[in-house]
Amino acid sequence: MDSLRKVLRNPLGLTGLILISFWAVIALSAPLICPPKNPQNPYSVKRVSYSSLPTPPSPKALLGTTGGGYDILYGIVWGSRNAFRVGLIVVSTTLVIGVLLGGLGAFAGGIADEIIMRITDLFMSFPFLIAVIVMSIVLGKGLDKVILALIVFGWRQYARVMRSEVLSVKEKDFVSSARSLGMSSFRIFFFHVMPNSIFPVFVLASLDVGATVLIAASLSFLGVGAEPGYADWGQMINFARSWLLGTSEHPFFYWYTYVYPSITIITFVLGWTLLGDTLRDVLDPKLRNNLYAAKPNAKHE
Amino acid sequence: MIRYVMRRLATLPLILILLSALIFSLVLFLSPYERLAVFIPNADMVGANIPFDELVKKYGLDQPFYVQYFSWLQGIMHGNLGWSPSARMPVAEALSKYFPATVELMIVGALIVFIGGIGLGTYAATHHNKLPDQVARVATILGVSLPEFIFGLLLLVVFYGWLGWFPPGRLSQWAEDVVYLSTFHRYTGMNTVDGILNGRFDVALDALRHLLLPALAYSIGLLSTLLRMMRSSLLETLNKDYVMTARAKGLLERVVIRKHARRNALLPVITLAGSLIARMLGGAVIVETVFNYRGMGMFVVTAAQGLDFSAILGVSLVIGIFIIVTNMIIDLLYVVLDPTIALG
Repeated sequence: MDSLRKVLRNPLGLTGLILISFWAVIALSAPLICPPKNPQNPYSVKRVSYSSLPTPPSPKALLGTTGGGYDILYGIVWGSRNAFRVGLIVVSTTLVIGVLLGGLGAFAGGIADEIIMRITDLFMSFPFLIAVIVMSIVLGKGLDKVILALIVFGWRQYARVMRSEVLSVKEKDFVSSARSLGMSSFRIFFFHVMPNSIFPVFVLASLDVGATVLIAASLSFLGVGAEPGYADWGQMINFARSWLLGTSEHPFFYWYTYVYPSITIITFVLGWTLLGDTLRDVLDPKLRNNLYAAKPNAKHE
Repeated sequence: MIRYVMRRLATLPLILILLSALIFSLVLFLSPYERLAVFIPNADMVGANIPFDELVKKYGLDQPFYVQYFSWLQGIMHGNLGWSPSARMPVAEALSKYFPATVELMIVGALIVFIGGIGLGTYAATHHNKLPDQVARVATILGVSLPEFIFGLLLLVVFYGWLGWFPPGRLSQWAEDVVYLSTFHRYTGMNTVDGILNGRFDVALDALRHLLLPALAYSIGLLSTLLRMMRSSLLETLNKDYVMTARAKGLLERVVIRKHARRNALLPVITLAGSLIARMLGGAVIVETVFNYRGMGMFVVTAAQGLDFSAILGVSLVIGIFIIVTNMIIDLLYVVLDPTIALG
C-alpha cells in the first residue's frame, strides 16, 4: 500500500493509473455505452450501414464508421474488453510459468537450471512477433488462439528476470538461516526466496500488459488475429488502412477512421508504460531506467 | 578467447538443429490435406478430380514426423528449401531476393537508433533536470508506447498522402526499370549499395528515399529505449571518481564527456544491440507491410496468410541463423570492449 501511495504521488504514475482506470470503466460499462444489437454476440462490431465508403461522425455513429459501415465507437468500446482480456490473461499466465520455471530452476541449480535456461535461449533466439504469427496461423483464426500463441512464447523474459533475482537472493543470509532451522525447500522457496525476488517481475508485468495488447493488435492489423468484424483495436486500424490517403483535394478526408483507433491504442499502452515505469522507480530506485535492457552482464553469468 | 569462440561455434549446429525441429514441429498442427491444398489453386472448383490421397502419399505427407523432418533437412543440405506458392518461386530464390531488402532497412534503422539514441541520450544527461532532459523523459515514454503500425501509418498519411515527399514501396518505377537492366549488376541485392557500386547515385538516392520512412517507423521505440539507457548510464558514470579527476585536471567539459565518461557509459548500451536485432526483425514484419516494402517481413506475412509452410520454415531458419550468429558476434565484441569480463 505504501508503494501505491508513492505511485499516486508521482504525476506520471498518477496519469498512468487514470488512463488505465478510464479504459477499465469503458470496458466494464460497454453494454451501457454501446448496447449490442445482438446480445448473444456482442463482440461482432455493429454495422450502421453497408456503405462501402466511411461515413463521418454523426448522431448515428458518434465517431463515424469505417468502410463497410462498421461503427468505430462500438469497435473501440467493445474492443477495450478484449484488450484487457488479452493483456491480463497472457501476462498473468506467462508470469506464473516464467516465475516457476526460472525461479525453481535457479533455486535448484545444476542440471535443471541448465536445461531450463537452454530452452529459454532457444525461444529467445527467435523474433517474438514472427513466432506468434506462425503459431496463430497454424492454430487458426480467433482471439483465443492469439492468446495461446502469446502465452507459448511470452514466458521467456519472466523466466530470465526471475532466475537472475533468485540466483542472488538464494545466497542471502536469511535463506541459509531458514535452511539451518530445518525448513523444507518448498517452504524456503515459496515463503522466503520468492517474496524477495518477485518485484522486478511485477514491474516487467505492468510494462508487459501494454506491450502484449500491442502485439495482439499488430496481429489483427496484419490480418492473422481475430476474425474479421470482431471488436478488436488492431482490426479497427486495419479497416482504416484503405482510407489513409483521403481524396486528392483533402488528404485527411477520412481522418476519423485512423485517428480515433490510434488514440485509443496509444492511451491504453501509455497508461501501462507510465504505471510500470513509476512502479520501478518506487520499488527500486537503483533500477531506474535500466529494466528496458538486459542487465549488462546477464549473458555471461 | 579462441577457446571461447570455438565453444560457441561448436554449440551452433546443435542450436540450429533444435531450432529447426521446433519450427518444423509446427507443421504437425496441420493435416496433410491442408498442406497439400496450398499447392493446388482453385482446389474447391476442381476438387472432385484431384487424387488427394495419391498426392499425399507421393510427397510423403503421411509419413511420421521424423521422416518428414529428415527429408526436409536433406533438402536444405542441397540448398533446396522447397517451392513457395505465395511468392511463386523457390523459397531459396525468394529469400535471396527479400533478405537483402530487410537487411538494408535494418541498417538504416540501426543508424537512426544508435546515432539518435546516443547523441540525444548524451544531450539529456549533460542537461540533467533541465528542460531538454525533461522533454526527453516524457518523449521517450511516448516513444516506447507508440506502436510501429500506428506511427508508420501516421507517417504515411503526412509524408506521402499530404506532402508527397516519401512514397511507399522499395523503388520508384523508373528506378525499378534501371535495376532490372542487364547492365546493372546486383552485387548485394541492396538497392542503395548496388546503386553506388554501379555508379547510379540517382538509384541509390531513390532507394534511400523509400527506406527513410519505414526505418523511422520502427526506430522510434528502440531509439527511445536506447536514449533512456544512454542517459541513465552516462549520469551514473558522470559521478565516478575518474570523471572528477579528469575535470580536476582542467580538461574541457566536452573532452571529459566524450573521452572519459561516454566511452564507459556506452558499454551497457552495446548489450542492447543483441535484442535490437530480434526486435527489428519483428518490427520489419509490420513496417514492411505498412509501407508495402517487399522484404522478408512482408514475405513471411503473405506466406503465413496463405499457409505457405515451406516459405515459413525457410524464413524462420534464415532468421534463426541470422540472430544466433549476430548475437555471437555481439557477445565477442562486448568482450573485446570490456576487458574486465571473463569468458565463461
